[in-house]
Amino acid sequence: MKFFTRKVGVAIALAAVASLGLVACSSSSSTTTASSSTAFPTPKGGELNLYNWTNYIDPAQLKAFTAETGIKVNLDTFDSNETLLAKLQAGATGYDVIVPSDYMVAQMVTLGLLEKVDVAGFPNGKNIDPNFLNVYWDKGRQYTAPYMYGTTGIAVNMKDPVASKITSWKDFFAAAKGTSVDVLKDQTEVVSAALRATGVAAADLCTIDKTKYAAAQKLLDTFKPKVINSDGGIERMVKESSMVRMAWNGSVHRMTVDNKNIKYVFPTEGLNFWADNLAIAKGAKNLDNAKIFINWMLNPKQGAVATNFTGYANAVLGSGPFMDPAIKADPAINTTPENAKLATPTPNCPTAARDLYTEVFTSWTSSQ
Amino acid sequence: MRTLFSRNRLVNLRNFPFFTAISYLVYFILYVPLVLVIIYSFNQNRTAQIWTRFSTRWYTDVFTNTDVVRSLKNSLIVGSAATVLSTLLAIAGALGLLRMGRKGSTFALGLLGAPLIIPEIVSAVGTLGFFLFVGIPLGHFGLILAHTAFCVPFAMLPIRARLVALDRSSFEAAADLGANEWKIFTWITLPLLAPGIMAGALLAFAISLDDFITSFFIAGPGSTTLPVYIFGMIRSNVTPAINALSTLLLLVSGLTLILSYALSTRTQDRK
Amino acid sequence: MTLDLSLPTAHDDSEAPGKTSKWLAVAPMAFLSMTVAIPLIIIFVYSFLARPELGAGVVWKFDPTHYVKIFIQDRLDGTRSFDTRYLKVIWNSFYYSGITTVATLVLAIPIAMWIATRDPRRRVLLVFLVTLPFWTSILIRTYAITQLLDEKGVLGKIVSFLGYKGHFQILYTPTATVLGLIYTFLPFMILPIYASAERFDFRYAEAGYDLGARKMTVLFRIVLPQISPGIMAGVALVFIPGLGSFLQPDMLGGGKTNMIANVVANNYGQARNWPFGSALSVLLCVITLVATLLLSVAARKRKAKRV
Repeated sequence: MKFFTRKVGVAIALAAVASLGLVACSSSSSTTTASSSTAFPTPKGGELNLYNWTNYIDPAQLKAFTAETGIKVNLDTFDSNETLLAKLQAGATGYDVIVPSDYMVAQMVTLGLLEKVDVAGFPNGKNIDPNFLNVYWDKGRQYTAPYMYGTTGIAVNMKDPVASKITSWKDFFAAAKGTSVDVLKDQTEVVSAALRATGVAAADLCTIDKTKYAAAQKLLDTFKPKVINSDGGIERMVKESSMVRMAWNGSVHRMTVDNKNIKYVFPTEGLNFWADNLAIAKGAKNLDNAKIFINWMLNPKQGAVATNFTGYANAVLGSGPFMDPAIKADPAINTTPENAKLATPTPNCPTAARDLYTEVFTSWTSSQ
Repeated sequence: MRTLFSRNRLVNLRNFPFFTAISYLVYFILYVPLVLVIIYSFNQNRTAQIWTRFSTRWYTDVFTNTDVVRSLKNSLIVGSAATVLSTLLAIAGALGLLRMGRKGSTFALGLLGAPLIIPEIVSAVGTLGFFLFVGIPLGHFGLILAHTAFCVPFAMLPIRARLVALDRSSFEAAADLGANEWKIFTWITLPLLAPGIMAGALLAFAISLDDFITSFFIAGPGSTTLPVYIFGMIRSNVTPAINALSTLLLLVSGLTLILSYALSTRTQDRK
Repeated sequence: MTLDLSLPTAHDDSEAPGKTSKWLAVAPMAFLSMTVAIPLIIIFVYSFLARPELGAGVVWKFDPTHYVKIFIQDRLDGTRSFDTRYLKVIWNSFYYSGITTVATLVLAIPIAMWIATRDPRRRVLLVFLVTLPFWTSILIRTYAITQLLDEKGVLGKIVSFLGYKGHFQILYTPTATVLGLIYTFLPFMILPIYASAERFDFRYAEAGYDLGARKMTVLFRIVLPQISPGIMAGVALVFIPGLGSFLQPDMLGGGKTNMIANVVANNYGQARNWPFGSALSVLLCVITLVATLLLSVAARKRKAKRV
């Protein structure tokens, strides 16, 4: 899924990432050294069951892994974090390595669905970008390794008079009156954008103040997009079936390859930042192979291979030299520090706030 | 002369205004989208609707895609197992139903036909809950169980139709000749039922291969079926590779159907 | 379908071929009790349970409020009010499925009659051509519709060639959903009507003409009543599964056309509210059952009238 829909360019500048609010407590460096003394497993063949987003890893990369280690990889794919969670909770015990996003990692840890393997203590754990080491969803990288990351902003077609003037979420929601607008079918993204547009601060996106949601709902009541869908958005923008779209920055990169009129806008109220992770499912049958795989993916060269295929940035130190220059030079994501400051992690709200999100989102979709 | 006249009159009487036109229109509607997919599958351009030139690159994409091959294999495993199981259950069900009283058979038909009535989304999430509750892991085994369940009524339809239409004299003759129950069953009932069983099995297989909703909810590690994979493909990125894969599947189902038609008309001829 | 009353059941032992036992039916019945009946019971139980703080699943605590929430809304300003949102979704399900039934009926009667009046050898081919799309994956057929309706695709080009200047948008509208449903369900309407029409004795029609009736009178007064069992079966085969449609609104509706199944799926997915999804599932089941019962009662009445 993410290959085309979330293709992010180059790594956001380190300084910028630090300001994203990802870093939890800067000082508390990892509590990892103790277990790193236990010998890291060596490949003995066998299998590995990988459960990943559709089209989110290079098949050639998996073949290379098998060639190097003798471990056969079985790939299954999912289309949303919720599907992944539902599968694990419904007792799908055969997955070894899974790829949940930030907030989903936090929930899975709480639910006891992940193996605590001390990823930071892996031989290649030292390659994890320090800015991605103490993230809120996995402090000190006890459970997961970083995979790809990016932001959710606005794709606009500069040919269109309405679209070209968009600078904020407020403009975005208003644009539907003047031109064709598409939006992601994603409760969290839509409602948080509406909250931002009505003046809620990034830190307050999980508020349980109902008046704030009422204001967001009022804004959404006036918003009639052409399509509410997460599929085929790139094609619609490239064909100019729609002129504006809420989109993952990487998907916008992919659009610009085929249509030079398209530009990525960082809305002035701020936007959501997401990061996907490699994790090991609780009770994984091939635990050693899973560790070997994650460690292998933290190799700078492999991090770059992943970026070159998916188009998204990775958080593996030293991967830069191996990366595709075209991706590095992407103007859509050559993030300025000011733009990077606008990005905050996707809100991971407790049930009370999430129910309010559901309430607003359901009201809006059913009023279309 | 007279026959010619009456046939003309007959044909004329049987035709109603616009019926021919509407029929052609319906055939046109039924095939236009499919033909379009076939045409698009040969388009070199990544955006399917913008034609650049003829190309088979998307077919190369499909054939070199190991995930497609693997999910196809899963579909075939689940489909064959569910076909065998559901056909056996359907034979037993059809034979048993014949000997039931009115009340019993109404109840049994209601239960055995339930998958036809219950909305698939409900049985899909229900099965998910059931597996979670009982502790059946998501995977091939669960998929086969669920597919067998909704295939039973489809497999049973043609078997029952055939059974009800059977000529009784053969059974009576066999019984008169002193054949025991088992012999009658294996030597007479089964061969006579064979066309119905074949049709039922084929229908079950097609239904299983086509299933999306149930498989989507209960597929597990290593058991992604082809429709679930295709759905992911459509969700993630619309490339003409989907058109190429669709064309191949259209070809397969078309050939299967032609084959089964040929087989059934042949058996009819022999009779 | 249990509605298909054309299948005779032999209740009389002496009629049954071979010596089979009614106990044979126990095997499939036990299997379907396990794989169909128990999941339904579980859905029913789930709909009365609470949801966990995080994630999917249920908590074993009695909570009957999910049914209330289908009809009553706790508004953001703190008040409670009657909630029309899910009623609208339920209405959509009936409305779209109803339109689909009527449209397929209007198309299916002519083609079924037309095939039935062709040369018997040609009929095989004509029926085959109707069934062929039914044997191809519903996913692919629905996808094919998206390719057809695309505003930049063939249809869009034809429309603009014909002089339409505005923004051509059918894909991702309720219209597209209904068109997709009609396309999917058309063979289900044609085949049972054809089965009836094939058995129609045209001497009745001739008698009608001889008595001076016009074509339309013959069609409505003689032909249609005769093929009504096929029509009833077709209506059942289209309307009932139509109520539970998921893929067509999902892929063609642009996320704006919700039918009950889509809301159920969403509650088992993104919204992560299994008990509420279960309550809606129970509602969908009840609706489907009532529709089935009404249709079979109507079919039986018709049959009784004719006999």
